[in-house]
Amino acid sequence: MSTLEIKDLYVSIVTEQGSKQILKGVSLTINTGEIHAIMGPNGSGKSTLASTIAGHPRYTVDSGSITLDGEDVLAMSVDQRARAGLFLAMQYPVEVPGVTMTNFLRTAKTALDGKAPSLRHWTKDVKQAMSQLRIDADFAQRNVNEGFSGGEKKRVEILQLELFRPRFAILDETDSGLDVDALKVVSEGVNREHAKGEMGTLLITHYTRILRYIKPDFVHVFVDGRIAEEGGPELADRLEEEGYDRFAAATPAVEA
Amino acid sequence: MAEATKMNNEASMAGPAGAAADEKARIGAPSSAPAAIAGFSEEGESLSELNTGTAQHGLKKHSHGNAPVVPEASRGERLKSYRLEDFAPLTGREEDWRFTPLNRLRGLHTEPLTGTGPSVRVSGASNIQVETVGRSDARIGSAATPEDRISAAAWAAADGATVVTIPANTVADAEVTVTVLGADKAPAAQHLIIEAGAFSTAVVVLDHSGSATLAQNVEIVVGDGARLTVVSVQEWDDDAVHVSSQQAKIGRDARFKHVVVSLGGDLVRLTPSSVFTAPGAEVEMYGLYFADAGQHLEQRLLVDHAVPNCKSRVTYKGALQGQGAHTVWVGDVLIRKEAEGTDTYEVNRNLLLTDGTRSDSVPNLEIETGLIEGAGHASATGRFDDEHLFYLMARGIPERDARRLVVRGFLTEVIQQIKVPALEERLALALENELAAGNL
Repeated sequence: MSTLEIKDLYVSIVTEQGSKQILKGVSLTINTGEIHAIMGPNGSGKSTLASTIAGHPRYTVDSGSITLDGEDVLAMSVDQRARAGLFLAMQYPVEVPGVTMTNFLRTAKTALDGKAPSLRHWTKDVKQAMSQLRIDADFAQRNVNEGFSGGEKKRVEILQLELFRPRFAILDETDSGLDVDALKVVSEGVNREHAKGEMGTLLITHYTRILRYIKPDFVHVFVDGRIAEEGGPELADRLEEEGYDRFAAATPAVEA
Repeated sequence: MAEATKMNNEASMAGPAGAAADEKARIGAPSSAPAAIAGFSEEGESLSELNTGTAQHGLKKHSHGNAPVVPEASRGERLKSYRLEDFAPLTGREEDWRFTPLNRLRGLHTEPLTGTGPSVRVSGASNIQVETVGRSDARIGSAATPEDRISAAAWAAADGATVVTIPANTVADAEVTVTVLGADKAPAAQHLIIEAGAFSTAVVVLDHSGSATLAQNVEIVVGDGARLTVVSVQEWDDDAVHVSSQQAKIGRDARFKHVVVSLGGDLVRLTPSSVFTAPGAEVEMYGLYFADAGQHLEQRLLVDHAVPNCKSRVTYKGALQGQGAHTVWVGDVLIRKEAEGTDTYEVNRNLLLTDGTRSDSVPNLEIETGLIEGAGHASATGRFDDEHLFYLMARGIPERDARRLVVRGFLTEVIQQIKVPALEERLALALENELAAGNL
């Protein structure tokens, strides 16, 4: 059992107009086996939280802490965080020209495990995971994300989730841009991995529809860089009916 | 010219200050304050900066009044001549020499080219002809006419030529390797001719290594319906200077592929050209160059669409690492008035891996007819992409491995075009050594 703990996190980015505070004191604790949904309007800081956990250099942590079983995550480099068991399914996965999926997946798995996977099992695992996510076999020989549609890129992110088996998965708007069929396929992938009982999940989403397929244990509503309200799955139902308007009214308008 | 369009998109970039406009945070990037870029002033590029040491007779920077060369109005009008005296001595400020550091040519542009030069050995296919011929051989001049002073000097100085002939209707039974091995640094001239007869098929590799100061003319005749690949590999020792004109004359319905791989040498300047002489032909020109600290690797190519319904594709990719690594790519594509139905695209990509590097990229497209299938070009020079790096590192891959993965991927696309497994393997290994040398 592991714990990812975020304490009183303040994060800013540098813009042309100077430094801008995005996260204004976020605290959140996720344990193995739990699914936490973070919901909120655009610009509320959801994706900033995801990128900060993964260590994207664009974001500066001004204060607060992130620890994984007590280890200081903020002191780790991006690759160290991944090897410690953190996985970010990205909102906009980048295309990496010239690097085939096969080569990329094997290289990453080798780096994460500290040793090369047994070739026979690995090939089988990859094939099976691809077929479950309905990814064509020929994707293996294509370059990472190159020419993939939005939905294909998201499926490939979940493919990595299933193959890399992280301790904590952060899904950054994995549902956005997916049609209903793709949403189901992707959700099944997350549920399969979660059912193994060795992963905690932070599900970041703008919409409630993915929560029909992935059932959260906790729901946190993000508004203007803070958690404005927390609750169980019933909070998501309420948001579906009422939208974010009542939060927007209670707080100052969110800038851009 | 009744209706002419000339497009010139010139871009220079130096790392890291050249990218200073992009203040995106960087992962694992060396931190250093932006510095002035060598060769640039606030007004732009100082054209003769590279060649200040060689300026003669009191010529000063920007004193264009004394310039010996009138800029050509069209690439098609460039002086072509077999006579050395038709070309004025170089000052380094000529359009086609402005990026070349003349003081590192080791006299190729000033001294008599009397050295013995690198040895030439041809091996491989058994059903081709290899001859060494004298200056009077009729095949000399069948595909090429010098377009610059060093090419003309080499033309005048070469004793004769090595001629590789693939007879008509013959499929070479193996690839042909022309091993050019340099042993000393006396300025020398060399002339090679590759003639692919009608409907022949062959792969010819020009394999340059050793030490040399070489001015070279390579003539390539691609017969009607022939399929010829010529690969020019520059794996010279660190001190080599190599200036090579490689002109190809393309016959009807022929397929010609030209691949340049420049890894070694102190200064390598290649000017490959493809001239279409009859309709229906297709040309692919590829290049890969990897410049280390202090290396100057330059390629200036021309595709001359002089007849209708031909197709050309140009892809050159380069990587640079280390202080003073400099690459130049100039891609001229000329679509003449007669060349209706032309389809052409050229692209150049450069990857600056470290500080202190400079890459110049100049695609030129001249179009004299609107009745074409397509014409385009693209050039991009960038630092190693931080988002690529983040993506790979976020999957646990350490920075060094991530960089190698991307550089390898970036450059192997060109190697894969060679289709000679043994050579592809050798070059892939050479690339690994380059990456290791740069501590990447």
